[in-house]
Amino acid sequence: MYKHFKNNSMKEIFDFNSNIKKNLFYLFIGGVILTIIGLYQVINSGNGHEEVSQALGINISSDGHSEYHWYHRLYSNLWINVVYFLGISISAIFFVAIQYVSQAGWSSGILRVPLAIGRWLLPGSVLMLVVFAITNHDVFHWTHEYLYDKSDPRYDYIIDGKKAYLNLPFFLGRMVFFLGVWYLFYTLILKYVAKEDKLGGTESWQKLFTISTVFVVFYAFTQSVAAWDWVLSIDTHWFSTMFGWYVFASWWVSALALITYIIIILRDNGYLTFVNHSVLHDLGKYVFAFSVFWTYIWFSQFLLIYYANIPEETIYFVERLESDIYFPFFIVNLILNFFFPFLFLMTRASKRFTRFLKIACPVVLFGHFIDFYLMITPGVLKSNGGFGFLEIGLLLVFLSAFLFVILHGLTKLPLVAKNHPMLDESLHHDI
Amino acid sequence: MDDKGKKFIVGIFEDEDILLDAITSVRDKGVNIYEVYSPFPVHGIENRLGYKRSRLSIAAFCFGFLGTCLALTMMIGMMTIDWPMIIGGKDFLPLPVFIPVTFEMTVLLSAFGMVGTFLVVSDLKPWGTPKTFDLRSTNDKHVMAIELDNNKVDSKKIKTILNNSGASEVNDKIMDL
Repeated sequence: MYKHFKNNSMKEIFDFNSNIKKNLFYLFIGGVILTIIGLYQVINSGNGHEEVSQALGINISSDGHSEYHWYHRLYSNLWINVVYFLGISISAIFFVAIQYVSQAGWSSGILRVPLAIGRWLLPGSVLMLVVFAITNHDVFHWTHEYLYDKSDPRYDYIIDGKKAYLNLPFFLGRMVFFLGVWYLFYTLILKYVAKEDKLGGTESWQKLFTISTVFVVFYAFTQSVAAWDWVLSIDTHWFSTMFGWYVFASWWVSALALITYIIIILRDNGYLTFVNHSVLHDLGKYVFAFSVFWTYIWFSQFLLIYYANIPEETIYFVERLESDIYFPFFIVNLILNFFFPFLFLMTRASKRFTRFLKIACPVVLFGHFIDFYLMITPGVLKSNGGFGFLEIGLLLVFLSAFLFVILHGLTKLPLVAKNHPMLDESLHHDI
Repeated sequence: MDDKGKKFIVGIFEDEDILLDAITSVRDKGVNIYEVYSPFPVHGIENRLGYKRSRLSIAAFCFGFLGTCLALTMMIGMMTIDWPMIIGGKDFLPLPVFIPVTFEMTVLLSAFGMVGTFLVVSDLKPWGTPKTFDLRSTNDKHVMAIELDNNKVDSKKIKTILNNSGASEVNDKIMDL
């Protein structure tokens, strides 16, 4: 029973002490400094196009595409980070939900960690709306009104055809609706989890089962639509029916890697000491399996387009493969997200011992950041993209804020769901 | 009865929990267990018996790798070397196109190889006879076989140990293995 595990020196409440806060603050400051250095570099190097066009008296925006400014790169990065971290957060809530739907016992001891990651959902949603309000025209080409105006020379026949779906009120409505309902489900889950801690019994657990079932169905639909809206619509002319799954796989495996990593770090620091090698093994299998799943989805999308060879579809990969800026990342993306986790986590021992997982999880997390970078940047910046201090700095700024929110969230509930009806199964999990 | 073959003492157990405890107590008393047969998989039994981890996964990897090599050899041999054809404007060596077949062959050979290896190793191969110490191990009883020649403890003592650790029956058996 849990009492037996309770007697040892395990700490039950996460102590978010000043030392961790200080380190997060250093991370934040480091990120800000790198961002400023990066911005300085970008401002001083990127304006060649404008000068040339001014000298020649040509307006390069006449083809309907916006001119490039230095702040486009900042906006593009803001959007990458917003989508990436929000996705990890909602996927962690999805993780909690599927554990309840499948009535899983093995994970009942670790559910507080994904629940804490879900705390980013609210600040992340607000941030998403704010960033969208700032960046809309510069990231989302389709938001320009002249594209739908037949008398304008920049009128775009294809985008006009998608007007019924891609228009600002409907887009914003969907965004607010999805984020709102996701948050509603999250608060419901939190409410019943807190109630279970207080009262015990199986009533809350059954409620959580129902809530999670509805949430999983709702999320399955809305996540795909969110992926089309937030990522796919940047390449407005292009579309892929695999894209919802593709974004899901990327978010999901990042969330799994983060959950695993945080559990390992907590375990090393005297929390969650009851998490045994079998639970770690299952988490490692999750990271391994969904890295392969991501590759499967990525490759399915790639192979169909490669094989059919239709120009309007291949443009997406031409932009990435034939570009000196993005091609290295295209390869790095596959190495970090497929070859590395596939070979590194293949053996049983590598999933059961933390020193392997401690390397694999951050690599997978960074790999999927690169994945989102590759999804968003080429569509926004075309040939003006790059990867430098700005990208790393802004990632660190977001990461420190993200970690602050989830570590603060960890303190709000005890780390062990001591009244979870299936906790015993998690404590004695053995595979 | 035929005197050829090895002498065994066979303990019959009714319940898997009793069996698991019996395995520990029998091994603690210095008795080597030849093998335990149960009608269904018993969780954690391999740890109690002190078995090393199965090497089946290594076999699976080798067979899978063989599948990868065979698939690539076949396709490159046919499509690139023997009869190069332009299909859909692709190269003569269109690797992305080869990936699904390579994947399928890898999975097929590793699955077949793993099942085959398992059948051979556990005496379920067509030309072999499964070792059955007691037919009831295929129905509802757990059977623990102890080889006498492999043990320093004498047979009377083994029988007492088995009886004390909860065996419902203890029999002698000569098996021609």
